[in-house]
Amino acid sequence: MAKQKKLKEPMPPLNVWGPAVGVGWLVPGGGHFLLKRYGRAALLLASVTGMFLFGLMMRGTLFKPKVADLLTTLIYCGGFIGNLASGLLYFLTVWLGYAQPDVPGLVHDYGTKFLVAAGLLNVLAMVDAYEIAAGRKS
Amino acid sequence: MPKVNLSHFEAAFLFSLFTSVVLGVVTKRTDRERLIYGLYCFGSFLLALFGLGWLMYLGHR
Repeated sequence: MAKQKKLKEPMPPLNVWGPAVGVGWLVPGGGHFLLKRYGRAALLLASVTGMFLFGLMMRGTLFKPKVADLLTTLIYCGGFIGNLASGLLYFLTVWLGYAQPDVPGLVHDYGTKFLVAAGLLNVLAMVDAYEIAAGRKS
Repeated sequence: MPKVNLSHFEAAFLFSLFTSVVLGVVTKRTDRERLIYGLYCFGSFLLALFGLGWLMYLGHR
């Protein structure tokens, strides 16, 4: 019963949550900052940016979408979406000419994972910003 | 951009730290709950890190 009630909860209009989620995508923690959750915004900014910068310093690879067999498509397209979720950090990195080839080695490998994980953490931050903007969370 | 060469442990430690902070911030509803959950996640990451490390060490003896 409670589950049914939760499922029927209407989605708030786009102008309520759109700016927070959009800014949150471009700048990690930006959505929380827009919603005046400054402490949490600072923590998210530091964590996601820190993760991304360490990924770059470890010379991780940025994914480009590639369609081939299922596993390759999943890895490359999923990785690309993960990278893209970092917002401006990703665009700045690409615009400034960062193009690390995929080379073997544990540090490079960790770097690649850090770059994707930074984007995925930013997705979590965007979902949180959505919930705050929609009034489902304080 | 400077280049860093981290060990497995250092990289996993940093990953745990950043991830725990975000999980703590986005998951719970009060600051106290967020702090406790963040610390819990970080502790769990470290426990898994050391546990798997020992498991691999003992498995290769």
